Amino acid sequence: MPSSADHVGRQPDFATLTSPKWRSALARLRRRPEGGSRGRGLLLGLGGLVFLGVTFFIALRVVLYFKQVEEIGQLLAGKLLGMAFLAFLGILLLSNLISALSTFFLARDLDMLVAAPLDWGRFYLAKLGETVIHSSWMVMLLAFPLLSAYAVAWHGGPLFPLVALGALLPLLIIPAVIGSAITLVLVNVFPARRTRDILGLVTIVGAGGLVVLLRVLRPEQLARPEGFQSLVDFIAVLSTPSHPLLPSEWASSMLMNWLTRVADPLPIALLWSTAGAFVVMGASLHRRLYASGFAKAQEGAGGFVRGASWDRVARWLLVGMPPMRREFILKDLRTFFRDSTQWSQLILLGVLVLVYLFNVQALPLFTGERVPVLIITLITFLNQGLAGFVIAAIAARFIFPAISLEGRLLWLLRSSPLDPVAMLRSKYLVGILPLLVLAVGLTVATNHLLRASDFMMLVSVLTIVAYTLAVAGLALGIGTLYPQYDTENAAQIPTSFGGLVFMLLAITLLAVVIILEAIPVADYLRATQGDVAWEVGPVGWAAFAAAALCCVLAGWLPLRYAVRRLRTLEV
Amino acid sequence: MIRLRGVTKRYGAFEAVRGIDLDIAKGELFGLLGPNGAGKTTTMRMIAGILTPTGGTIEIGGESIVDHPIAAKAKLGFIPDRPYVYEKLTGGEFLRFTAALYGQDGSTIETRIDELLALFDLTPWKEELTESYSHGMRQKLIIASALVHRPEVIVVDEPMIGLDPKSAKLLKALFRNYTERGGTVLMSTHTLEIIEGMCDRIGIIHEGKLIACGTMADLRREAASEGAGMEELFLRLTGEHLDHDLDAVLG
Repeated sequence: MPSSADHVGRQPDFATLTSPKWRSALARLRRRPEGGSRGRGLLLGLGGLVFLGVTFFIALRVVLYFKQVEEIGQLLAGKLLGMAFLAFLGILLLSNLISALSTFFLARDLDMLVAAPLDWGRFYLAKLGETVIHSSWMVMLLAFPLLSAYAVAWHGGPLFPLVALGALLPLLIIPAVIGSAITLVLVNVFPARRTRDILGLVTIVGAGGLVVLLRVLRPEQLARPEGFQSLVDFIAVLSTPSHPLLPSEWASSMLMNWLTRVADPLPIALLWSTAGAFVVMGASLHRRLYASGFAKAQEGAGGFVRGASWDRVARWLLVGMPPMRREFILKDLRTFFRDSTQWSQLILLGVLVLVYLFNVQALPLFTGERVPVLIITLITFLNQGLAGFVIAAIAARFIFPAISLEGRLLWLLRSSPLDPVAMLRSKYLVGILPLLVLAVGLTVATNHLLRASDFMMLVSVLTIVAYTLAVAGLALGIGTLYPQYDTENAAQIPTSFGGLVFMLLAITLLAVVIILEAIPVADYLRATQGDVAWEVGPVGWAAFAAAALCCVLAGWLPLRYAVRRLRTLEV
Repeated sequence: MIRLRGVTKRYGAFEAVRGIDLDIAKGELFGLLGPNGAGKTTTMRMIAGILTPTGGTIEIGGESIVDHPIAAKAKLGFIPDRPYVYEKLTGGEFLRFTAALYGQDGSTIETRIDELLALFDLTPWKEELTESYSHGMRQKLIIASALVHRPEVIVVDEPMIGLDPKSAKLLKALFRNYTERGGTVLMSTHTLEIIEGMCDRIGIIHEGKLIACGTMADLRREAASEGAGMEELFLRLTGEHLDHDLDAVLG
């Protein structure tokens, strides 16, 4: 019998190694869309085009504005590009940490690839390529309209896309190599599942820190030259490279050189030689550590249980509830707080709230010239919209995935005598309580910072309570109607088509509520301006009642459909 | 105890199950056998209430699984072919949660959980998260979860996958004892030795139809193969045979 060992010298090429991935992607593209999925595709495509168009338009306006500024326009544009690339680099470093863990240690095809007589170098390059694609498609999507704006403003020419690709590719490769190297070292120290927890936490803390840092540094001050001692100081800051040793700076220099017709090969040489050197170093580290890391990744994480004391408290608090509902709530709390990819999102939430409060506090309303009460009341009223948006985003992240996360366990829930109403009620309860506390806390705090009147405070608090109750129902309902049972990562679920539908509906509801409430609030403002006594009139009451009715319907209807769907669900 | 009448299941134009009629009596251990893709798992999942039949009726202990799902499912314990559990719950918590789904809790259930964990040698793992369990341990935990509420009927899809010989022997004894005490088991498996040695009656499902049903003796008669083993009977009844040229494959 001829042996497979006879062919061992012949190694598969890169295209063959990655063929399961790209062939699957092609098959998905070729599959003829049917009914609903065609509509989804169209909506997603349209949404994407609108996003790209708006980003391009804003970027073009900014770049053209910079270009017109004499002396420093080009420097400003270069600085902006450098900052954008620096932000990309930060995002890429963080996302590569998670992607590399997945592609190198947790992917389903690894058993087959590792068992095959495959050259380690090819394996490394194939997996590195996969990591680059997984972690950087979003950055490429963001870079496209930005770089197009630069190309249009400076007439980049037909070769600009190639030059841009030449600048971006090493910028994508370098963080992928760093991310996979860090992952490789960590997996050798911890089991892969524990590493995922650690990396998830590092990523979240890193991203949160980055946002806080950027906000506290107040980058908007760069656009205000009056903040500098003299114009010379300002120009000096602009013309000095902020981070001369970072690839983001080299990439922006390379592109600005092309656009402004400066012949300087140094940035290109720096970019590509660094990327090449990193790949070589990454490959050699891979050769030394991958086998032991992969073996370690097969080990279990060790199932120690955290938080026994709060578990006892929660159990005590839920005493008296029917066992089905109590155990469902306890199960949801346990699975949330024991999964670091879930609870660590609370850190990002904290950062979001902090940045929001910081922005409200930084509004120049009570410093310098006196701002009319009318403006302050208007800002207080519109702040409801912002608070509502934050609450909708949080509901999308924490309540929307609730049913999808049951995915693989639906066999148990569907074969047991569990009533879908009881399940949805438990999930609603788990989601709504913390969301209400946050919504009311946020509204009271921002209204306090804005020194809102008692009337505005009352309107804001009642509105946010009604909106939060509705949006939680909407999130749970739409999450049930558009489930993602196969997604293991809860953070990915809100980015699905259903997540988009939910956000669109939540924002529409918010707009309707604000428009309706604008009627009595405008009345109130007119009375305040005229300094006359005022009470809510019949039209005002009708507007408030209509807003409340919208909230009730928006929360109740999706839940009703969700119950129907769960009763006939097939898994 | 289990009654199927004209049960069909269609996925678009494809008919996975085609008009199955079946009665399984109380205290009976019934084995369902068939080639891959024959419709066994679809049938089992319809009986468990996970899939809704396109046509026909299914009753568990006299309750229709479609019209009165809660009453029917309360009598049932289902063991799926793939042991998915909540990875962030401990074994003990998972069993407590399952019991609560059937409205049961308190000291009786705590005792029951300890008994079941001891039976399947899982006591040392009671407080460990199930993410650290092996495939076989998860399978045993799921079997325990199907028994925790003392069901009248057990529907089990491929029970032996991943079990070590000791656990497999234990499970066989468990099902035997369970049926002797009046419980009913509907089991689907490819392990012919189990079907032959354990089941009171056997149903053979092929291309969505129940093509044969009865005791081993009945099946032998039907296939006109006196003295034949289960493997031969199965191939004969399903019309399948080994006709591949192994020389060409192995070289």
